[in-house]
Amino acid sequence: MSSWWSWEHAIGALPTLLDGFKITLLATVLGTLIALVLGLIVAIIRRSAPSIVSAPVTGVVEFVRMTPLVVQLVFANLVLSPYVDSTLAIGIWVLGIHYTTYMAEVYRAGIDAVPTGQWEAATALSLPRSRTWRAVIVPQAIRNTLPALGNYAISMFKETPFFFVIYIPEMVRNAQTYGGDTFRYTEAITLAGLIFLAASYPTSLLIRRLEKKLA
Amino acid sequence: MDGVIGFFADLGPNLQLLLDRSPQIIEGVRVTVLATVLGALLALLIAFVFGIAQLSKAAVVRWVARIFVEFFRGTSLVVQLFWLFFVLPQLPYPLGFRLDPLLVAVLALGLNYGAYAAEVVRGSINSVPKGQYEALSALSISPARGMVRVIIPQAWALMIPSLSNLWIQLLKGSAIVGSITLYDLFFQVEQVRDRTGTWFAYLFALLAYFLIAWVIVVIMNALEVRAKHSIGRGPALREAWRSLFRPPGGKTAEGGLA
Amino acid sequence: MPENTPHLEFRDVTKSFGDNTVLNDLNFTVGTGERVTLIGPSGSGKTTILRLVMTLEELTGGYIDLGGNPLQYEERGGRRMRVPDRQRRRTTQQVGMVFQHFNLFPNMTVMENIVEAPIHVMGLKKAEAEAKAEALLDKVGMAWKKDARPSQLSGGQQQRVAIARALAMDPEVLLLDEVTSALDPELVGEVLAVLQDIAAETDISMLIVTHEMQFARDVSDRVMMFDQGSIVEEGEPDKIFSDPSHQRTQDFLRAVL
Repeated sequence: MSSWWSWEHAIGALPTLLDGFKITLLATVLGTLIALVLGLIVAIIRRSAPSIVSAPVTGVVEFVRMTPLVVQLVFANLVLSPYVDSTLAIGIWVLGIHYTTYMAEVYRAGIDAVPTGQWEAATALSLPRSRTWRAVIVPQAIRNTLPALGNYAISMFKETPFFFVIYIPEMVRNAQTYGGDTFRYTEAITLAGLIFLAASYPTSLLIRRLEKKLA
Repeated sequence: MDGVIGFFADLGPNLQLLLDRSPQIIEGVRVTVLATVLGALLALLIAFVFGIAQLSKAAVVRWVARIFVEFFRGTSLVVQLFWLFFVLPQLPYPLGFRLDPLLVAVLALGLNYGAYAAEVVRGSINSVPKGQYEALSALSISPARGMVRVIIPQAWALMIPSLSNLWIQLLKGSAIVGSITLYDLFFQVEQVRDRTGTWFAYLFALLAYFLIAWVIVVIMNALEVRAKHSIGRGPALREAWRSLFRPPGGKTAEGGLA
Repeated sequence: MPENTPHLEFRDVTKSFGDNTVLNDLNFTVGTGERVTLIGPSGSGKTTILRLVMTLEELTGGYIDLGGNPLQYEERGGRRMRVPDRQRRRTTQQVGMVFQHFNLFPNMTVMENIVEAPIHVMGLKKAEAEAKAEALLDKVGMAWKKDARPSQLSGGQQQRVAIARALAMDPEVLLLDEVTSALDPELVGEVLAVLQDIAAETDISMLIVTHEMQFARDVSDRVMMFDQGSIVEEGEPDKIFSDPSHQRTQDFLRAVL
């Protein structure tokens, strides 16, 4: 091969890369939703539940947080694939649960940042706990944490390629496959990297601007 | 045998199997630890170089550092790993060499997480109280000397929790190096999976990684206690050793690897 | 330097922070060995003046000269030009500053704090610098704590070390920025006593911003009352404190004394 970069191959790889990108995007959106919801629940449990409940929850959360996503993906896939048809669904759930552990920590920090005066005012007004959470604390906590949540969403976006270990056809796996079929890895993988950059850099700039506005 | 009862019934034989296979498992642990430690050292070096460069007076230096950091943060670890392993050999003359898998892994991990760590370094240096900079100015101490003798020692104490989290991310990221023929812990455990069954193998793998992560946490907590003590903001290591065994909290609030 | 060259000279000095002009066309001089105290309400620009001399802030307009040398900007060929950094650092070496919040380096001992600049900026040998530091620590009464860390010292002790640290550079001008304002009341006296000794035993020029009026009376050769960025009144301490002519001065002193 005389030329190290072939535009022919670059264009040829593009369709499969974009197909994979759709999966990447889908996984990120759904995974983030899972993490946002479960993360909030975990944060509330760790803060409010009696320690007989919150301690094991904390233990499990820490265990999931400190162990590799890749191992969790393969494990879950092997255990669940007899029962669940879609590998993608398994992948998204594992990804979501893994990031739940981060989100729970972000929420905790956000909740802690709500001034204690707010709690005290709610008590003075005899608001029931659930109402205090729903109407007073959570809205303020979310405001504190939006930038961090955004950053984790972007982070998840860039970790979706870990899906390749369970053969989900997201973008990087498709790049790999193209390279494996044609022995031309250069264009496919380089393009995949550039697509990631093109998607994540502007988004992280937006998040930074949001952070400045909320500061 | 299947199911929970099966798991416990097979526990004995499985553990025996593990023992038989221990040379390979230990080799896998060695590879993982090696990649994680070397990767972390490279990342630390890159973090300081590119973190401090972003604070330079020369605009060109700042821009180059910024571009580097954004590039390696914005492209994914997996892409970087595969690029170094599959694409690099295909490039023309000056670059077309094939690197050893360990080197590829260390480079990818170091570059990727180093770029994130650069932000941590930059942020901590900025968090050092302005009064310190003013005192340096008042004493006419040169910026370089001031950075080394006064600012970085104080910034170091601030940056340890975030660096600790990043190191654990690096450890977790290392689990994919099996795909570039670097036979790490995860790879070795998967080799025994056929004999021991799914649950045992992967729970063992998770536990092993968890233990390694815990060692990292303890080391970083110790470093943090020592750093805080050296700037007079905490007890000595001897007195505070009990606090080493807590998991790192707090600093993830600025948001992961984005 | 001829007899009547002022040590420190402000010429048409203007300083703005964005839209907010803090100093406007300020002119004044400080003679060699003179002790000048700036008094006035907060926001009147007193601290800004010190920070400009220490080049912690950039001049928006005008010139400041120290012993005839331009501090931040100079006139070259009829144009206002920025003094290059290396030259700036050489000139500011003649200026020392003690801060309200001490700003000692927490990762170094008292001795290390004091010898750092003499060794690495003035080029003294370690033994020389340490001998000098010991003498200064003796002077401020902190020799017994030379191996302590700042975190182990009280506020008054830290400030005395900070004074020794500033003096170790043999400055010609010493800037004192509300050096007792952050101290517990019972610790103020020890710091003021040290400053009075220094005023008596050296002829360092001093520019002082303080709320301690008795100290200002005891130490100053001249007092300048500032309000909204300009000098409202100036004169000898006895005159200003007992018989101020200007209404603003009278109001301020009545509120403060």
